[in-house]
Amino acid sequence: MRHPEEQTRSGPGFSRRDFLKGSSAAVAATALATAPAETEAATAANVTSSQAANVTLYVNGQEHTLKIEPRVTLLDALRNDLNLTGCKEVCDTTTCGACTVLLDGKATYACSRLAIECQGKEVRTVESLRDGDQVDEVITGFVEHDGMQCGFCTPGFVMATRAFLDQNPKATLDDIKSGLGGNICRCGTYDGVAKCAMELAKGGDR
Amino acid sequence: MAAREIAWKPRSENVLMGKRISRIDGVEKASGHAKYAADINTEGTLYARLLTCKLPHAKVAKLDVEPARKIPGVHAVHVFRDVGAEAHWDGTLIAAVAAERPEIAQDAIRAIEVKYESLPHFVDDDNLEAAIEAGRAKDPRTNEKGNVAEALANAATVHKGYYGIEAITHMCMETHGSHCDWKDDGTLDVHLSTQNVTGTAGQYAGPLGLEESNVSITCEYIGGGFGSKFRIDEWGLACAQLSKEAGRPVRLMLDRATELKSAGNRPSAFAEITVAADADGNIVAWDSHHWGTSGVKGNTVSSSLPYIFDGCENRNRKATGISCNADDARAWRAPNHPQQCALTCTALDDLAAKIGMNSLDLFMKNLDKAPEKLRDVYAGEMKVGAKLIDWQEQWHPHGQGGGDGPIKRGLGMALHTWGGRPNNSAVLLKVHPDGTVSSNQGTQDLGTGTRTVIAIVLAETFGIPLSSVKVVVGHNSDPACGGSGGSTTVGGVSGPNRRAALEALWKIFDLVAAKYEVDAATLSAKDEKIWSGGEEVCTWKQAASLVGVMPLEVLNDAGKQDDGLTDTGVGGVQMADVSVDTETGVVRMNKFVAVQDCGTIIDLKTAESQVEGAVIMGIAFALSEERIMDDHTGRFINADLENYKLPRIGDVGEIVVEMYQPDSEYNRGVVGLGEPPVISPGAAISNAVANAIGVRVPVLPMTPKRVLDALKGGQA
Repeated sequence: MRHPEEQTRSGPGFSRRDFLKGSSAAVAATALATAPAETEAATAANVTSSQAANVTLYVNGQEHTLKIEPRVTLLDALRNDLNLTGCKEVCDTTTCGACTVLLDGKATYACSRLAIECQGKEVRTVESLRDGDQVDEVITGFVEHDGMQCGFCTPGFVMATRAFLDQNPKATLDDIKSGLGGNICRCGTYDGVAKCAMELAKGGDR
Repeated sequence: MAAREIAWKPRSENVLMGKRISRIDGVEKASGHAKYAADINTEGTLYARLLTCKLPHAKVAKLDVEPARKIPGVHAVHVFRDVGAEAHWDGTLIAAVAAERPEIAQDAIRAIEVKYESLPHFVDDDNLEAAIEAGRAKDPRTNEKGNVAEALANAATVHKGYYGIEAITHMCMETHGSHCDWKDDGTLDVHLSTQNVTGTAGQYAGPLGLEESNVSITCEYIGGGFGSKFRIDEWGLACAQLSKEAGRPVRLMLDRATELKSAGNRPSAFAEITVAADADGNIVAWDSHHWGTSGVKGNTVSSSLPYIFDGCENRNRKATGISCNADDARAWRAPNHPQQCALTCTALDDLAAKIGMNSLDLFMKNLDKAPEKLRDVYAGEMKVGAKLIDWQEQWHPHGQGGGDGPIKRGLGMALHTWGGRPNNSAVLLKVHPDGTVSSNQGTQDLGTGTRTVIAIVLAETFGIPLSSVKVVVGHNSDPACGGSGGSTTVGGVSGPNRRAALEALWKIFDLVAAKYEVDAATLSAKDEKIWSGGEEVCTWKQAASLVGVMPLEVLNDAGKQDDGLTDTGVGGVQMADVSVDTETGVVRMNKFVAVQDCGTIIDLKTAESQVEGAVIMGIAFALSEERIMDDHTGRFINADLENYKLPRIGDVGEIVVEMYQPDSEYNRGVVGLGEPPVISPGAAISNAVANAIGVRVPVLPMTPKRVLDALKGGQA
């Protein structure tokens, strides 16, 4: 999704969030058509105003009801309201992938979604890949192949890799290089990421 | 056991040192549990947003922040520049607002009424004539030696060329910023994204009238710095002031556009260069004039040209700084070196082409003009690199390697140097009675693997597993450490930790000797045991328990020492293999070889990562990354991650990192690695493109348009 508004982001003026805010009624109405009953607090009537309303998110297996404005992005809701700070704000323009989460299993830039339109969907953040000493193989692979330096883009890259491997368990190196092209790392850790993905893509055509 | 001397173990005895060890904080980082300043959400935290000036040069004519204050949920407003103040670049900070939620803060920013009086601007940093005409050029600095005119007259080959490299930004993934909690008792708790944990408290205390001992700085993780995060900056002070005014904690992180426009950049450099050789390919004369901008202050990059080969006897150089309406430059990985390398190694490559010489042979032949200490290293590294990239088979004269199709392939190389002296760091080491070891210091991990390096040094010294070592960095309450800049950290922390660990170990050996009636001089620690000769004396835990009920503490604050643990000065050779599509102008990376020395290697895995990451950063400024200033409006028009192009995982080709580690390297001590490998990629890739297509693309980054323009111009 690209809007011309995204070109000029900072400071006063028309922004993407205004655009999302304006279109949120339509977006939310679509989402709500299939949403479970428990999300009824956020009705189409509510989202036509900018007032905070109850928004229920299903995150990492737990339900959370937040009182937030319809314009709040999924990224801000996760980071600021639920303190799930593994997803990072880096570009804020749907470009870099640092905020990648799984939305119904699909890799999604959390900065590109309003929280309200994610009701009734299963949200998984990177925090769900670790439970004490139990760690997802993608995290283990990133550590083993040193797919990180400063680590700020890493959780987003981990989630993109998890989703990619779920959908492409037999990926080749070329598949990986296009399939993980949605994430940017400034420190330059791509080789470790690719090696991790290659190792986990068992049975792939090397 | 040898005499009690401060030294690293003999290379062959190392269990962990120099091996590929995974970083000990890797799971924390990869699982999102590591907390950066941008992640701090203590209870009651307010969110700040910024108003910036969008004009390149203006005076604030009107500023009314009252409408912002009236918005429900807004708790504090800070004015950076009030009526009458000047903004000197697009992105200059005007005001900040702290509110219950970021979206409310953004509403408040929009409510601020501001008007500017526009003033004349200049941003055309590659246009020396225009800068002189606009009164923006400083007086040139010159430096001359020998007799250039005579040497040029007598030279067998003279090459003249124009070269350049655009300004770039640091583009830290985590923008600059902090979370500040100014408490009623006069203490200030700061979570700061900083390369300088120990050195920043005073930057708050003085201006804010606080006692420095009441300022707590925490930075356990930092999302990139690259030289731009040593100061707290005006937004750092503002965050603290907003917190004081609101009586609540405040988080102020720059938005992406402001990060690019106002949080540092690397100066541009453009040059006219004349270089000459005798009939054998020896460089006999160098004459250059370079210009560029460091922003408003108008300095240019260091005038130390030619890079590396300054042993050339006849050399004139001139540098002209240009003042532009752009943010002031900051240290960017290996300050000045990437530009100097890009100007020098490209001109020398063109000289080789004009002579009809293999580029590698020209560089090799002229090593007698390089610093003496590095000549053998360069020669060795060139041989290694040439083999890895198959230089002798694959290299061809410029422009003669593509066949009839549109895709042309070529090889190029460059070389670099950096100091990397250790910074002054201290450590408080504790050996606990249960045998665990902790190490606290006010340093930071920029991604180099600081914690891991320290843990390896300690585990190796005590003969214990990494899991028995706890390393704490990132708090200014711990012993003082230098900032992480200039490849100084790994050397800086490894020396004190080794010294402190040896001192502790020797004390424990004395206790063991007394208890078990053995000669302390015969003792060694390995495999969680204490040995005398080949005999096991006791376990490490038994030995550690002898310290009593309190931990054995050793403070090592001697800082940098000439005791052989660390060293300074590295070389490095890099070679690129590229394909150029002459119809589209797109350059693709096929392979990149980086051969790098860095003295004693502590963790081979993170060392290799450091080199590889630097190469990728170099590929960025070689091919796609640049700050684009619009001459007409004076604005930084690509200040976002969509249009400020960085390579992605599929854009970097195969990268081969070869750590150059003969025993002479191991024996000279640890040298930092953050800067050197980022220097050469620009020139190496430019030379590979010239080798492929037979013409020089004079200015980096070599975007498709610049490649096509060069092909149309046809000038070598």
